[in-house]
Amino acid sequence: MSKKDYNWQLKSTLRILKEILFWAAGIWLFIYCWNIISARTIWPFVYDGAEQGSKLLMRMFPPNWPYFIDLLRPIWDTITIATLGTLAAILLSLFVAFLAAENTSPHPLLRQLALLIIVTSRSVSSLIWAIILVIILGPGVLAGIIAISLRSVGFVSKLLYESIEEIDREQVEAVEATGASKFSALIYSVVPQVFPSFVGTAVYRWDINIRESTVVGLVGAGGIGLQLNEAILGLKWPDAIIIFMMILSLVLFSELFSAKIRKTLI
Amino acid sequence: MLKINNLHKEYPGGDLALQGINLELKKGEIAAVIGPSGAGKSTLIRCINRLVESTAGEIILQNQDINHLNKKELKNARRKMGMIFQEYALVERLTVMENVLSGRLGYLSFWRAWLRKFPQKDINQAYQILDRLGLKDHVYKRSDHLSGGQRQRVGIARALMQNPDLLLVDEPTASLDPKTARQIMRLITEMARERELAALINIHDVLLAREYVSRIIGMKKGKIVFDGSPADLNKDTLTTIYGEEDWNNFKDKDQENLASEGGNDLADREQRKLQLAASTSN
Repeated sequence: MSKKDYNWQLKSTLRILKEILFWAAGIWLFIYCWNIISARTIWPFVYDGAEQGSKLLMRMFPPNWPYFIDLLRPIWDTITIATLGTLAAILLSLFVAFLAAENTSPHPLLRQLALLIIVTSRSVSSLIWAIILVIILGPGVLAGIIAISLRSVGFVSKLLYESIEEIDREQVEAVEATGASKFSALIYSVVPQVFPSFVGTAVYRWDINIRESTVVGLVGAGGIGLQLNEAILGLKWPDAIIIFMMILSLVLFSELFSAKIRKTLI
Repeated sequence: MLKINNLHKEYPGGDLALQGINLELKKGEIAAVIGPSGAGKSTLIRCINRLVESTAGEIILQNQDINHLNKKELKNARRKMGMIFQEYALVERLTVMENVLSGRLGYLSFWRAWLRKFPQKDINQAYQILDRLGLKDHVYKRSDHLSGGQRQRVGIARALMQNPDLLLVDEPTASLDPKTARQIMRLITEMARERELAALINIHDVLLAREYVSRIIGMKKGKIVFDGSPADLNKDTLTTIYGEEDWNNFKDKDQENLASEGGNDLADREQRKLQLAASTSN
């Protein structure tokens, strides 16, 4: 046997050099941006931040506890906006997702249309949808529901169509091989396969929508955001802290609730 | 009942999977298709129920040219062809019963399929078949909670629920242990004989095929290179199907294998040889 040494390295010298250059460029960019941001910040205001913050907090005390009763109706509106908005989005995205998934789409043109719907819906935040809808429909809960559902359709459809594309094709083939129609095969073999991820997505989106629907009120689309806006503009800080506490507990509740649903249904 | 004339299949990309297959299967005839991986065995079976579309040639099943059927006629033809898969291809999240009943989906409207409203006589038949296959206690279980052998039996039950004329079986034992593989192979051939079904069984295990089936078809590179009884399989025919290899000990070894039922002694011997080689080189 020859005593030759073999040369093995995970990364070649050139590759290592390239990586060092890449990181150096990244660090330089970070420092450069930091300088710009720093130059445009009025630092005395920031140094003052802790003091201002604590003053703000002081103004919130004592909280205006009885205001709690007045908030029950808006918080109910908020839950309604999130729930109905999510439900509408789910119904719509069932169609959109099956049109968008490569393996279930009936026609490439329909698929492009579905993808366009998804991109449009995802590229506009629900706050902007709400502003537009309040102009069109006037302020109120309905504008909020539609805003939330328009934003959610893209999200739910995207996750759902991706999971449709990942199903085991053979299970579908097997059902089709028995002579079942395309639709029967769809509900008998595609639907059971995507059901868990569908439920997961829907509940997750509802959870997000609870948070978003507290915000759409800021522009007049119903829910607790309206009260928050009023409280802040009117400098009614003892009211504002009650609203913050309500929102926090609502979000906590939705988190627990969705975790529970996910556990029991999947 | 099944006649295949000059069947060709070219996959996009120019892969010639089938190059002029001629084959005839009589009512009640069971044939095993053997051959190396990539010989086109799976493609052949999938061309018959058109899960794969062939490029040329004809497939005549019960005087019907399968390749010229429209969508509706194809569905009707598929109802009479039961298929059994290597990885079982059960809908994993559905119960055993739902999977077995899916063999009747070709006769059911969309709404009934959705609501699982199967006719009483289908349900009765499903119970009978499950009882016959020893699965009566698993009716309500989800099929991903079953063992491999049990799943394959559900796969068989689904195919039998169709009351098929023809069984298309793709590597039914390749994912199973040797004992279960034998049980499954026995079950498939038994059921086919009982019901006088024609069956085409792709199988890698030549010994298993030889034991349970009276006709063997050997494929190589998209062509049929052997068609005869198990007794005709010898050194020369195996060489034409699989290529050069020392086939001399094939017979003796399978008898040893059968005797020990686990069939690991071949691997053991290989390992002993390696250890021996290692010890002498030190």
